[in-house]
Amino acid sequence: MNDIKRILIGFWSNLVTLWLIFAHLWRHKDTVNYPEEMPYLPPRYRGRIILTRDPDGDERCVACNLCAAVCPVGCISLQKAERPEDGRWYPEWFRINFSRCIYCGFCEEACPTAAIQLTPDFELAEYDRQNMVYEKEHLLISGTGKYHDYNFYRVAGMSIAGKPKGAAESEAQPIDVKSLLP
Amino acid sequence: MATIHVDGKEYEVDGSDNLLHACLSLGLNIPYFCWHPALGSVGACRQCAVKQFKDADDTRGRLVMSCLTSATTGTYISITDPEAVAFRASVDEFLMANHPHDCPVCEEGGHCHLQDMTVMTGHSLRRYHFTKRTHLNQDLGPFINHEMNRCIACYRCDRFYREYAGGTDFGVFGAHDNVYFGRPTPGTLENEFSGNLTEVCPTGVFTDKTHSERYVRKWDMQYAPSVCMHCSLGCNVSPGERYGEIRRIENRYNGTINHYFLCDRGRFGYGYTNRKDRPRVAFIAQDGKLAQASTEDARARLGGLLRGAKHVVGIGSPRASLESNFALRELVGAENFFDGHSDAEHVLVAQAIAILRDGPVASTTLKALESGDAALVLGEDVMQTAPRAALSLRQAARGLGQKLLAQQKLQHWQAGALENLAQDHYNPIFVTATHATRLDPIATETCRAAVEDQARLGLAVAHFIDPAAPAVAGLDAATEARAQRIAECLLAAERPLVVSGTGAGSAEILQAAANVAWALHARGKTVGFFLAFPEANSFGLGLMDARPLGEALDALANGAAEVAIVVENDLFRRAPTARVEAALDKARLVVVDHQDTPTTRHAEVLLPAATVFEGDGTVVNNEGRAQRYFQVFDTAYYHPDIATTESWRWLRRLLSDVRGDGHDASTFDEVSSACAAVLPQFTAITKAAPQAKFRILGLKAARTPHRYSGRTAMRANLSVHEPRASQDADSPLAFSMEGFNGTGTDNTPADQRPGALVSYAWAPGWNSPQAWNKFQDEVGGHLRGGDPGVHLFTANTQASTTYFTHIPAAFVVDNTTPRVVALPQIFGSELLSSRAEPVASRITEAYVAMNGTLAATLSLAEHDSVAVTIAGSVLSLPVRISDALPDGIIGVPDGAPGIPRIATGAQATLKVGAAA
Ligand code: SF4
Ligand code: SF4
Ligand code: SF4
Ligand code: SF4
Ligand code: FES
Repeated sequence: MNDIKRILIGFWSNLVTLWLIFAHLWRHKDTVNYPEEMPYLPPRYRGRIILTRDPDGDERCVACNLCAAVCPVGCISLQKAERPEDGRWYPEWFRINFSRCIYCGFCEEACPTAAIQLTPDFELAEYDRQNMVYEKEHLLISGTGKYHDYNFYRVAGMSIAGKPKGAAESEAQPIDVKSLLP
Repeated sequence: MATIHVDGKEYEVDGSDNLLHACLSLGLNIPYFCWHPALGSVGACRQCAVKQFKDADDTRGRLVMSCLTSATTGTYISITDPEAVAFRASVDEFLMANHPHDCPVCEEGGHCHLQDMTVMTGHSLRRYHFTKRTHLNQDLGPFINHEMNRCIACYRCDRFYREYAGGTDFGVFGAHDNVYFGRPTPGTLENEFSGNLTEVCPTGVFTDKTHSERYVRKWDMQYAPSVCMHCSLGCNVSPGERYGEIRRIENRYNGTINHYFLCDRGRFGYGYTNRKDRPRVAFIAQDGKLAQASTEDARARLGGLLRGAKHVVGIGSPRASLESNFALRELVGAENFFDGHSDAEHVLVAQAIAILRDGPVASTTLKALESGDAALVLGEDVMQTAPRAALSLRQAARGLGQKLLAQQKLQHWQAGALENLAQDHYNPIFVTATHATRLDPIATETCRAAVEDQARLGLAVAHFIDPAAPAVAGLDAATEARAQRIAECLLAAERPLVVSGTGAGSAEILQAAANVAWALHARGKTVGFFLAFPEANSFGLGLMDARPLGEALDALANGAAEVAIVVENDLFRRAPTARVEAALDKARLVVVDHQDTPTTRHAEVLLPAATVFEGDGTVVNNEGRAQRYFQVFDTAYYHPDIATTESWRWLRRLLSDVRGDGHDASTFDEVSSACAAVLPQFTAITKAAPQAKFRILGLKAARTPHRYSGRTAMRANLSVHEPRASQDADSPLAFSMEGFNGTGTDNTPADQRPGALVSYAWAPGWNSPQAWNKFQDEVGGHLRGGDPGVHLFTANTQASTTYFTHIPAAFVVDNTTPRVVALPQIFGSELLSSRAEPVASRITEAYVAMNGTLAATLSLAEHDSVAVTIAGSVLSLPVRISDALPDGIIGVPDGAPGIPRIATGAQATLKVGAAA
């Protein structure tokens, strides 16, 4: 008795499936004729990663290594250096192995300077996997990306050329150690 | 023992500790800043607050600072009490009010105690939005960065630098919340232990400048348990590597040696391993020049050379591991194996070993020096030859404060009271030397004399202590009285110390020191006896009973031997240039080394050796403790064409080529076990660290923190196809984060990590060096898994006291041909560290020091140039007048540029005016 019931239910479920698929013929189509037709992707889509510049046009990345640390597949690696002329920290080199990247966006979330950002560009296919290894010259763009205003060095306490101690946001003038005034 | 109650649980603790110390030792977490196990409590930061209750029924309680409260029986406290938790969070918030927005560009980030404590207290949101106080920074020299904005005014730096280490050029300036920690004026920090500020400071005010240029976060480096190679003490270090370079040295806790502190030579002297001019592939001489060659070609050439040679000599080295020296001995045969020390040092090392091994008093440990309460430092300028021991001796001197504390019924950790009571009073320390030493400021008495006269004083002291020791005839009354004073003082002490070493270049000094130590022993004293040796593995090489170097040089020069294999040694530092050249011109020379030295330039074949960071080995420190150092990283991982490997591996390969047995893949354990089997004096070395097959819970120990980043990118520029992680057949450590990374617990020995396998300090929630408290049996005690290293022999207490009876004749002053002494230098005297850029920049310029009397007879003034002729070579040197030098003796800084190595007791003639 149970067997007959199961066969009937199975039969019914197949009919429903067939009907649903047939009904989709009249629904709005999600697929597009890629690549002739490009889909719309919102700015916060997580595709190819870039390194951006601050509003003054200087490299934002300070080589703090937080993006690399948070990356679950360990595909970011870089080396800190200090610019002799102004004392800014910057990455001497910066490498992302996109053949490993899973586009989770953790690096962007971890970045304290808004330097690293994911973009809607997803067309990263290559015939040769080696070409998926991006160096700094492939990553660094000339604009600010999604976040236009932030400049880490304006808030940081570390002085750089042109921004001595006391010149950052919410900073008082340096203490005169010899003063005993309250 | 005391019973305390913490959050309703009962614990047994040491009642003389404070609550913070006791709770941390129990494994409980209380945040803190200003307390430090080696510096005690001052109550400056208020971060360690807990709730204390009158008794079990009290529910209101009151907040107390755990670091300032004794852990006496019947103490009831709560760490988790909501009021205490809220108080600690608000303390952290206040400390952070002025803190700069710096973590991303702060070199403390990722191993910052302030970050850890901020997470621990739960402060996460800034509510203070007014302006922040700022400070200007100082340039503190080549070792240390200064970023005062990050200071939380815990006073640890000041307490370490001035009180613990005795620095005088640093302090606290300003008032109220403006206090400033730095030097009176910008300039190089003078103290030899300044590097410890980077670990003592819980924030990023003081960071390692040598690391700065090639900075990486702590979590991104690969580490291995290692041993400092820059003097004979064998302090334990934790070197960090990234991208194939050593980036930083941090202290590695060893409760019987260096515990929390290193000297600056050891911390900042690592740069030699990253030098571009190092040999990293094999070289074969062609047309008088060395040309790069493949390993196969070099081995083929060497196989022919060694098989064809009638007589091959091997010259070992005190800066090479036991295994490398042993493999050389194996290759050339025991009768052809020669000591790598100079002939003078060969004698001294043999003498020092004989004293420690066969005499009734074995060596004490570096840590134990700190508990001495009177000391005689005989002839050894420890600050320059074995720097960390000078820091321990300072603690012995400061020990008087502990006595005063006890008299006042105060606790040993009450650092504020300690400083007030002790002021400038120290336990008695007597220092004899040829020149002024950096210990003089805390010395009760200093004696500056020629080595013979120092030895005579020492022998006289021994005679006063035990009349059975030989008397010294012909002493002047002052020396006689001084000897008696020293003897009485040592006898009155509970734990007298006798410190000496090979640094004075005199076997008589060593004998005198032995007589003093033995005399104290004979009088029933527990004497701490401590001898410094010339180099990192001098003790180990000395135990091999090799023949002196001079015999090898003679054999080469007169053609009795045709091939010389020199391992990790620069012979020009060991014997006069002419003598070495005479030998090397005749010989066919094979060199295995990691540095480009004058010796390597004479080589027919040069094989690239691994530095201490690139290979495995065992070294024996000055107390006869064999310690294993482990390979930090695999050089071939980033640079497959690099051929460097341990000298012992090269020599084993050559042995198999000579024998033609095809067995050329020796592991470390094979070589080390062979050494232990062939030379019974080394039986214990296989226990210096677990062997390669050892596992903890089935795992190898990890070399990198689990957060190690960039594994799939760091090598992707070479090839996107990642190779398998390097495999390590030589040790129970993995070149990976995959492996055991725990701190071990008390009750499950299965997860206990042996102390010798702890590569770096990290425990969950503890990223800074403060994490060591998670590895210790009690805070500031020993590692739970055992302090690394094994003693090669135990005290020979049965030995009868047979005093040395040779009494040297008094020194005769002769100002026409004064004696030249090499003045040892912390920066410069040791070869490897002086090849590190930051240390090289601290090496003194060459000069000749003499006292005013001699200068006056030659009508010389300070800075005048004088031509000094030493053993045939003429040096033009500026004069420095120093009345600390005795008559008839001039000094030149050892290792200064342009100064050749001065043989012990060399005579000099001086000619006024520049050299011709
Ligand atoms: S987190 Fe941002 S600033 Fe830091 S290294 Fe990555 S990209 Fe640079
Ligand atoms: S000291 Fe610590 S908390 Fe302060 S900026 Fe540096 S890393 Fe951050
Ligand atoms: S500089 Fe560092 S150690 Fe010194 S008081 Fe400030 S935070 Fe403490
Ligand atoms: S005292 Fe010696 S072993 Fe210790 S850190 Fe200094 S140089 Fe290295
Ligand atoms: S650690 Fe107790 S007050 Fe600072």
